[in-house]
Amino acid sequence: MALQSLDIKQRSATTTPAPQARQTVEIAKLIDVSACIGCKACQVACMEWNDVRDEVGSCHGIYDNPVDLTENSWTVMRYAEVEEQGKLEWLIRKDGCMHCSDPGCLKACPAPGAIIQYANGIVDFHQENCIGCGYCVSGCPFNVPRISKKDSKAYKCTLCSDRVAVNQAPACAKACPTGAIQFGSKEDMKDYAEKRIADLKERGYEKAGLYDPAGVGGTHVMYVLHHADKPDLYSGLPVNPSISPMVALWKGATKPLAALALAGVALGSLFHYVMKGPNEVSKEIEKEVEKEDAQ
Amino acid sequence: MIRDPKDLQRYDAGERANHWVVGIAFILLAISGLAFFHPAFFPLTQLLGGGTWARILHPYIGVFMAFFFVLLFLRFRKLNKMTDADREWLSRAKEMVDGNDHNMPEQGKYNGGQKMMFWWMTICMVVMTVSGIFMWKAQFTVPIDLARFGAVVHAAVGALMIALIMVHVYAAIWTKGTIRAMWYGTVTRAWAKQHHRAWYREMTGK
Repeated sequence: MALQSLDIKQRSATTTPAPQARQTVEIAKLIDVSACIGCKACQVACMEWNDVRDEVGSCHGIYDNPVDLTENSWTVMRYAEVEEQGKLEWLIRKDGCMHCSDPGCLKACPAPGAIIQYANGIVDFHQENCIGCGYCVSGCPFNVPRISKKDSKAYKCTLCSDRVAVNQAPACAKACPTGAIQFGSKEDMKDYAEKRIADLKERGYEKAGLYDPAGVGGTHVMYVLHHADKPDLYSGLPVNPSISPMVALWKGATKPLAALALAGVALGSLFHYVMKGPNEVSKEIEKEVEKEDAQ
Repeated sequence: MIRDPKDLQRYDAGERANHWVVGIAFILLAISGLAFFHPAFFPLTQLLGGGTWARILHPYIGVFMAFFFVLLFLRFRKLNKMTDADREWLSRAKEMVDGNDHNMPEQGKYNGGQKMMFWWMTICMVVMTVSGIFMWKAQFTVPIDLARFGAVVHAAVGALMIALIMVHVYAAIWTKGTIRAMWYGTVTRAWAKQHHRAWYREMTGK
């Protein structure tokens, strides 16, 4: 058995329950958007710890660099300039995997053990089992997984599962100079968020709140937002994310229905043969043809 | 096996080869497709060299099958035009399934059921090809909701197609003397007279 913090809760394309006698604490990363200064230390720390290096891109006239998540950039800062109540606001959100409690990627994945959800809440991709189909991309409500152009495997933030396993905070949380990235048990993170939200409300952000969307069963990466009523202000953070109904149908009802239908046709054919007998040419017609030949 | 020179030619070599090329491609696609569809079938990927190889090969085999299906379609489309006799045959298909073909209307080279199979296969093939392209992440990038829609449709229609092929294969096993038509092209005159009398008369002039 693996380290306690890495007990498995769910495994992709596996229909039997995972071992679940042991209970571990759910962890979470809390990103306080209001305290983020957009320094990208988290991006650098992520590259350092995980040994990933993206190609040097080009300037797009904005701070976002790289402009999107890639197989080598598992977290990126997204900078949004918005006007709220007549004031310009610079909303900087660290984007990456949300580590959903109900992960759409894991639901969609057809390869056994390619996506693992640990008992502590981390959703991890195991590339050695990944077949590169990209179903996780279709399954994800947050547009996070990326398929490598080099090896066709899917990559995303691991929440530093290897660090968490030995009681270390993720690299990004460790590197953050302002304490905007906090890490601990999900309970503690919620308590911490409450204090931050109370503070923000005092400072005039009446709609400040926690982003821990119920549509995906809650997440293990949460945000403190000054405008929790409008998450889409933060570079399109989904307002009410959930697994797409089409993915739910594909990986839900279709599977047992189609399996039953196929079994029904196969068994139906067999029993039809057994009960009705083969459809042979009648003796009568055979004789008719023989008679014609004799003439 | 000694064959009767008076046997009737039902399929020429080109038609047979075309049919088997499509058939082999279908079997490979069904094996790998089921593997991606349901974890219970995932071990089937071993038959294509493992999960990753199955994922790489499946879409190419699909394109290959689509191409040869078009040829098959062009070969047989004229023979599969629905007629009133076919519709009547279909309305009484239950009698046929019960094993009682005494009152079935006279059929040409194909009966109503076979023609329905032909058109259903054609529809399935078009839907599978288009929805498959939506899912082919290594080659195409489509809007995410289209990829999701493609996935549901591909899975559901794929299952339907496998079910239809099971019926197709079973019908050939059930009706004795049929499979040889796809192996070496001929059927006995008695077979033709029993199952496709109008075609029998057309071929023999009787």
